[in-house]
Amino acid sequence: MPLNHNKRFVERDRTWHPAAYTPGYKTAVARSPSQALVSLQAPSVSELSGPEFTNLRMGPHDNDLLLNYRENPGRENQGQNGLPIGERIIMFGRVVDQFGKPVPQTLVEMWQANAGGRYRHNKDSYLAPLDPNFGGVGRCLTDNEGWYRFRTVRPGPYPWPNGINTWRPAHIHVSVMGPSISTRLITQMYFEGDPLIPICPIVQTLNSQEAVETMIGRLDMGHSRPMDCLAYRFDLVVRGELQTYFENV
Amino acid sequence: MKQPNSTPTSELPLRETASQTAGPYVHIGLALDVAGLPPRQEEIWNRMATTEADGELIEVVGSVIDGNGDLVRDAFIEAWQADAHGEYQCDFDLEKLFNSFGRTATTVETGGEWSLITVKPGRVEAPNGKPMAPHINLAVFARGINIQLNTRLYFDDEHDANAACPILNAVESPARRQTLIARREEGEGGRVRYRLDIRLQGEGETVFFDF
Repeated sequence: MPLNHNKRFVERDRTWHPAAYTPGYKTAVARSPSQALVSLQAPSVSELSGPEFTNLRMGPHDNDLLLNYRENPGRENQGQNGLPIGERIIMFGRVVDQFGKPVPQTLVEMWQANAGGRYRHNKDSYLAPLDPNFGGVGRCLTDNEGWYRFRTVRPGPYPWPNGINTWRPAHIHVSVMGPSISTRLITQMYFEGDPLIPICPIVQTLNSQEAVETMIGRLDMGHSRPMDCLAYRFDLVVRGELQTYFENV
Repeated sequence: MKQPNSTPTSELPLRETASQTAGPYVHIGLALDVAGLPPRQEEIWNRMATTEADGELIEVVGSVIDGNGDLVRDAFIEAWQADAHGEYQCDFDLEKLFNSFGRTATTVETGGEWSLITVKPGRVEAPNGKPMAPHINLAVFARGINIQLNTRLYFDDEHDANAACPILNAVESPARRQTLIARREEGEGGRVRYRLDIRLQGEGETVFFDF
């Protein structure tokens, strides 16, 4: 595999991203470094490269959460039987870099709670029930123009032990690789208009409303399917990739 | 789009999507087995190398410790490393003997330990042409971590290479460099094991990088 030193990525603006120490989000208090990050002035191939997943073999429903979890996987899906309960939605969007260039064939992964806000995870003991037909995990590669697409149900909000009465807004966790480990990003998609967004301590780890806007999926009636499901559009922007024109000799 | 030459250099067309914590249930999405979910056709996990892969098969283990000295039992870690010949294998394919990319996690069940089965990486050049010491790039995600923490794992039996590594030497404090160096120990079945505990905060705090 040839090493490609011939690129770099736009510097990450760490005042735009949440800081490590954000005491309103209590878990961050003991999990944030107290020392400054050490900046690599000249990133190496270690940072400028990353995995590509075109040869990761996926199942036919890996991006379809309405179909990819069944209590009885062998059973045929007949009528409403076997479908999860909740608001049927398409979540889709485009992965581009900061210069607007599409990021094709990159891995987008997502996970979420069910319509009642309950995660299918050993550690989640919230009293809202599991949905026997909902797992809550999806993945896909972007296409050649950078588009990705999932079909799922809209997740519910849920309480969590932070303040006395803290609730997460409805959200879908989203993970994107991009062209290198420098562009690696995990974020959360929130839903346009959700009144829990401005009072969430995790959302409030961001300093600006402008940055919060980058995490909000927008209702997209044009891409919804009549009599079937609504659509939310969520574009992801990863760090801009530049060519290195002159290097030191 | 803006016109060329009229855009201030400080301004970019688009801002990066903001990061958020991976949260307590990251395993549902990225480590299904840990969450108790059935596996899909192929999963990205912690066996980066088979016994047939070129190089020395090693196990790399550690824990993640918070600012109170307590184990972090819900961390999710990604690894990116060169193969035994010092080359990054970008094409992830589970049919290959070695993959440069792997994932692992700490859980209550594993006593808060993460582990990777891999080969010891070869040396890779820094941009100035000087060799970096063998290393594994690690990214730590977890509840309470708002944006992933990037670090490197070096090997304590590579003393000379470590001493000359331009990246290690970019860490001003020699004492802090030691936080990146995994200790060699005897693993099960005679396999070589290296241990690196990642301390998120406070005494012995691991060096984290911005790049």
